Amino acid sequence: MSTNARASAFDVRLIIALLLGVYGLVLTILGLFFVDDKDIDKSAGVNVNLWTGLGMLFFCALFVLWAVLRPLRVPEGQPPAEESAAEESTVD
Amino acid sequence: MAADLRLDANAIDYVLLAFYFVLVLGIGYIARRHVSTSMDFFLSGRSLPAWVTGLAFISANLGAIEVMGMSANGAEYGLPTAHYFWIGAVPAMLFLGVVMMPFYYGSKVRSVPEFMRRRFGNTAHLVNGISFAVAQVLIAGANLFLLANVVNLLLGWPLWISVIVAAAIVLSYTALGGLSAAIYNEVLQFVVIVGALLPLTIVGLYKVGGWQGLADKISGGPGGPEQLDSWPGNQLTGFADNFLSVLGLVFGLGFVLSFGYWTTNFVEVQRALAARSMSAAQRTPIIGAFPKMFIPFIVIIPGMIAGVAVTELSGENKAALMADKAAPSGATFNEALLLLMRDLLPNGMLGIAIAGLLASFMAGMAANLSSFNTVFTYDIWQTYLRKDRPDGYYLRVGRIVTIIATVLAMLTAWIASTYANLMDYLQQLFSFFNAPLFATFILGMFWRRMTAAAGWIGLVAGTVSAVVVFVLTESGVWMLPGQGGAFVGAGAAFVVDIVVSVAVTAVTRPKPAEELVGLVYSLTPKESRQREVTGEDAGWYRNPAVLASIVLVITIVLNIAF
Repeated sequence: MSTNARASAFDVRLIIALLLGVYGLVLTILGLFFVDDKDIDKSAGVNVNLWTGLGMLFFCALFVLWAVLRPLRVPEGQPPAEESAAEESTVD
Repeated sequence: MAADLRLDANAIDYVLLAFYFVLVLGIGYIARRHVSTSMDFFLSGRSLPAWVTGLAFISANLGAIEVMGMSANGAEYGLPTAHYFWIGAVPAMLFLGVVMMPFYYGSKVRSVPEFMRRRFGNTAHLVNGISFAVAQVLIAGANLFLLANVVNLLLGWPLWISVIVAAAIVLSYTALGGLSAAIYNEVLQFVVIVGALLPLTIVGLYKVGGWQGLADKISGGPGGPEQLDSWPGNQLTGFADNFLSVLGLVFGLGFVLSFGYWTTNFVEVQRALAARSMSAAQRTPIIGAFPKMFIPFIVIIPGMIAGVAVTELSGENKAALMADKAAPSGATFNEALLLLMRDLLPNGMLGIAIAGLLASFMAGMAANLSSFNTVFTYDIWQTYLRKDRPDGYYLRVGRIVTIIATVLAMLTAWIASTYANLMDYLQQLFSFFNAPLFATFILGMFWRRMTAAAGWIGLVAGTVSAVVVFVLTESGVWMLPGQGGAFVGAGAAFVVDIVVSVAVTAVTRPKPAEELVGLVYSLTPKESRQREVTGEDAGWYRNPAVLASIVLVITIVLNIAF
């Protein structure tokens, strides 16, 4: 990936946040509404889905915060070379 | 009779799993738009931030073999397994970042074999390049087979369908997005695997009554209380004598095996070469060392818990397995993690745990493929077969080679399925290539007189001696139970390589000094080893030496505490 303005469209922190956010949300909902005593017994009395879900949402928020506070920047003094070529390159 | 590993996965687990794969392929697709030159494809255009390459650095190694193998070791040997991390990996990673990276990154080589060629000429280069390429295809096959095997065990898919589906997914993102896609997916994999294993560990500890409960149960079990202290680790090394055991751990595992693996294995070094500056490249392995120190807690401890809490692995079963006999339950230590997941995780969390495991298998294979295509294209194709073509040609070759390598990996996966033990041996053998490689590199980087002939003759002699020790221990001529054989083999390879290299250097002519600038310590001007300390690389917290010291202190504390 070359460093250029479009790099901001691909910030891996946001992809991590997306993954954690979706997983966290699903797990939290499972843990809140779709949990029976059998599940709780199985996991030694811990509501694993709920706690893991909340934990993931927390880390999701951290990654979003990081990406917002320190956005990707284009390093100065680097001409956006081979910018147009990137779009055209194809798999042969 | 094998233990029943079929996990009770339901629709929600499959949805979570599918979501992960959508992201994986999406990363491949997005990364492809940024690939326009061969440098973009093979080395991510040397543009990635240090935390990304740092996490990828350990994720590339946190593959199937590592996760399953280390939890199996945890179930069998207990805490001494942590040596693979604290004595093994961490010091070697610090050494790579502080001492060796200036030569790799500073000399602008594109691969470890290329460094070999510039320092020692073509023979050493070919020995290194070809053995590396062959090893990667075989290991990719082993990863693929293990992956298919787990899918088969957990979800009941037929083996051949799992092989094809897994290979197709890995191929599509590595061939499209090159190293960037592999690296970003490794970062994502790291997140999922921690997200899966950390809750598993915590719930497991609840189950056995906390750390104290685990300690009591292990002390009372077949392993005894020595499984709770990392030193001296007699069960792990197979040496009865404490002093020899510690020596084996520090010199064999810590110095030779691990330094060899972490500092010369291109799968790892490639991640650092993708960093955007000298400072970021140096920080790559050091940043990776921070999580690496704590991975034992989420890999080894679940194994230890499985050894006391999973019916199929505890009590008489553990005793039988430790004595190298089959357990009455039919389970093996390799299944420790899977059995613990089956016993503890509810649906939902289960899907994420499966995603994490599959992710780690795929990342391992993608790492093999992305380093193989670089070495093959730059070091074999461009150097010896088709020189001086335009850059787009090599980018195309890289993509085609990735496809061919995937097909080859499917074939080696098939070999692995019929000769499972053979693959284990091969793994071990290839790990031996790294020990002499480290000896040759370290001599070559700091001793300017060392000659080209010494480079390849030392390498071959070292490898041969490792193979001899391996054959002796495997055939039972020299009895070393546990994993002591590997430590002795690596030690022998290292010593023989040094001795032979010095001897050959004495009778051959060194390369002229001007050809070694940037490759040898004493001939490299200080400026070209220096990193930038401005802009994105400024600040004490981005200083590799400071970071490395912090890691070192924490590691020592961990060693004392456990």
